[in-house]
Amino acid sequence: MRRERTPAPLLVPAALAVAFLVLPLAGLLVRTPWSQLGTLLTAPGVGQALRLSVVSATLATLVSVVLGVPLAWVLARSRARGRAVLRALVTVPLVLPPVVGGVALFLVLGRQGILGSWLAETTGITIPFTTAAVVIAETFVAMPFLVISVEGALRGADARFEDAAATLGADRWTTFRRVTLPLVAPGVAAGAVLCWARALGEFGATITFAGNFPGTTQTMPLAVYLALQRDPQAAIVLSLVLLVVSVATLLLLRDRWLGRGAAA
Amino acid sequence: MTLGAHVVVRRGPLTVDVALDVADGEVLAVLGPNGAGKSTLLRVLAGLLPPDGGRVTVDGQPWDDVAARVRLPAHRRPLGMVFQDHLLFPHLSVLDNVAFGPRTRGASKAAARGAAAAWLERVGLADLGARRPGQLSGGQAQRAALARALVGDPALLLLDEPLSALDARTRLAVRAELRRHLAEFGGSTVLVTHDPVDATALADRVLVVEDGTVVQAGTPADVARHPRTDYVARLVGLSLLPGTGEGLAVRLAGGGVVAVAEPVAGPVLVAIRPESVALYPSRPGGSPRNAWPATLAGATPHGSTVRCELDGEVPLLADVTATAFAELGLAPGSLVWAVVKANEVTVYAR
Amino acid sequence: MRQRAAAVLAVVALAATGCGGGDGGAAASTAEGSASGPTGTVTVFAAASLTDVFTELGQRLEEENVGLTVQFNFAGSSALATQLTQGAPADVFASANAAQMSVVTDAGLADGEPAVFTANVLQIAVPAGNPAGVTGLGDFGREELTLAVCAPEVPCGAASEDVFAAAGITPRPDTQEEDVRAALTKVELGEVDAALVYATDVVAAGDAVEGIAFPEAEDAVNDYPLCTLAAAPNPEGARAFVDLVGSEEGQQALEAAGFRAP
Repeated sequence: MRRERTPAPLLVPAALAVAFLVLPLAGLLVRTPWSQLGTLLTAPGVGQALRLSVVSATLATLVSVVLGVPLAWVLARSRARGRAVLRALVTVPLVLPPVVGGVALFLVLGRQGILGSWLAETTGITIPFTTAAVVIAETFVAMPFLVISVEGALRGADARFEDAAATLGADRWTTFRRVTLPLVAPGVAAGAVLCWARALGEFGATITFAGNFPGTTQTMPLAVYLALQRDPQAAIVLSLVLLVVSVATLLLLRDRWLGRGAAA
Repeated sequence: MTLGAHVVVRRGPLTVDVALDVADGEVLAVLGPNGAGKSTLLRVLAGLLPPDGGRVTVDGQPWDDVAARVRLPAHRRPLGMVFQDHLLFPHLSVLDNVAFGPRTRGASKAAARGAAAAWLERVGLADLGARRPGQLSGGQAQRAALARALVGDPALLLLDEPLSALDARTRLAVRAELRRHLAEFGGSTVLVTHDPVDATALADRVLVVEDGTVVQAGTPADVARHPRTDYVARLVGLSLLPGTGEGLAVRLAGGGVVAVAEPVAGPVLVAIRPESVALYPSRPGGSPRNAWPATLAGATPHGSTVRCELDGEVPLLADVTATAFAELGLAPGSLVWAVVKANEVTVYAR
Repeated sequence: MRQRAAAVLAVVALAATGCGGGDGGAAASTAEGSASGPTGTVTVFAAASLTDVFTELGQRLEEENVGLTVQFNFAGSSALATQLTQGAPADVFASANAAQMSVVTDAGLADGEPAVFTANVLQIAVPAGNPAGVTGLGDFGREELTLAVCAPEVPCGAASEDVFAAAGITPRPDTQEEDVRAALTKVELGEVDAALVYATDVVAAGDAVEGIAFPEAEDAVNDYPLCTLAAAPNPEGARAFVDLVGSEEGQQALEAAGFRAP
């Protein structure tokens, strides 16, 4: 591929953007107490919080894909009337302070909540303060990223392929499964990655709706925040761990999966 | 007769209102300029667009009947469709593209692939089944698209500008092949095109559609010989002049008189082929009956001839040899005399 | 916490001299200042739990001294201590615990010795009407209740650990909250049956929350130290504010907010 020189009006702001994004990271690295790294990392609870973070973020991403891709399809393809309103509603979790989101989840799924009270009465199950609550909170906050990204991919995809599928005897569901979804697979993958990353870093809604208890609901961001109250050094190390894990995961996925999708 | 349709559909300012019948084994070309509603018509037949009125019947089965609220969804219509830019699914191999239709219509994977392989063989792509559509040339892709449309042995074949995305040489080859497959195809075919050559080469009958309505219907030769609108005349390279017959002369609607060989009366159309027009620098001697002063509005080289557009009382197209063009010293704006023999003028009732 | 007698003594000293620690010059300048009254802006960094009382006291001070503006920065004590060590300009620092105050004194930022001006004890916060029938600290050992405590990393959590240890109770919380406010939100919403928070927080939460005092709370009284800062841009204003807090008027306001005398 031929490389062209980047024009200066683009290069300068781009360099500034990189500096802006990378310098805080460098700050973290500089302040990392490397000598205590081993002790801090092997402290009880770190592995637990990390595992819980990765598992719950992955579950939240799965839920988001299962529910969010169909929603994106409705937003991009259906001619239903309230679509603009629906799209605005979908983006609510993006603008809502996550803590408020957590309170809102209580109002619906809490044991006094609209659905939660019914659930507690009929089955005895309460959602808050469980790992399920972590997944729900993360899904609430992260799913819009997936929906918006997939909707964009669907709008960009040539809808005439769907017409072609229809003339080949495919009903809308078959068309969606065998034509639309494979066509927008790179968009779904990109959305899932964004969604996962957002879920991994989720703090506000999680600590509000799921609370904080080591092993059940204490994810890495919660552990980082609480460590910051007592031992900022430990907090830096924990942040670094979260960072390394997420960057490593994304790079791995990119090579394995996104890279191939992009080449096709 | 297998396809009978009367389609009414409104698309913004345009209302398409077209009736057509296509017998088994017959190919109907729908010819018309861009925006005439040809593709809209085809999308209605395919079931991709609900009509606002009318009905579509295939082999006696109603596919659309607005009054009776009958509408067969696109995926339940036994048809094949070829699109201008093939629309092969980029994520499937060529073989799986062709097998797609049989699969969705219930064939087993093996049977679908078998049928697909057989059709790839028929269109000369037997070796390319494993490739992705992106690895095919334009002509190969359009052949694969044809195989994909025909593999299920549909009752109706719809071709939407199937050759217009191809370069001239490929177009020739694919057109010849398409012609062969259309001859073997037992169902009805509707071909949408804006190229009269496609229509002539492939269709048994032509429907000319302008602004959503049929302006002319007939065999390709018929339409080419007796165009009814300026659009068709220009397509087939004729000058078309409406006027009124007055014995051995036609008084043109735009002024001017054309002498003709046979007496005519009433509203008529006068068609003059460009090659029967001769150009002179001044009024020629011998007093020919048809000699008109004109201004050269434009000139386009066409092989060894130059097509000249003439403005004047009688607007004409004239083909002159490149040598003659040079000898006359013609340039846009030049004044010339156009001469046509009366027996070279075609006249027919409007 | 464990030296309450000393704290009481300190607050007396505080009332007389701010936290000037017996510096005669400072006392003199206070006297001088009261003649004309302090002016300008005084910036107070105070623990979040002091928000309501201090805002009210600040308004009174502004009313008494025309030309004086009291500006507050309410946040968690540790955040404030961090801001101060990072060089944030302030005149007064009121911490919710001794640990964060020592961060500031260790950095040499305090003007003299800090003094304890009030104290806070833990209470059990339950939703209005106490639907789960919580009666005392022992209920925090009941598995079937949904319970919140503060995370051990934050001050109210540390205090909670102390009372549980002293009472010999193994708590079974469902969540360790990052701060008191978060714990109270869950009580207000009825999502937990009880939370262990400070008495002041119960008062501040209003009618949606009821407080239950319990004897074991005396094992973890949380003292609030206060000091003026060495680099105070407005030392006169700082002293005026500190004096008001130590005055009878100030102490009454603190008590009304659920605090108790040190």
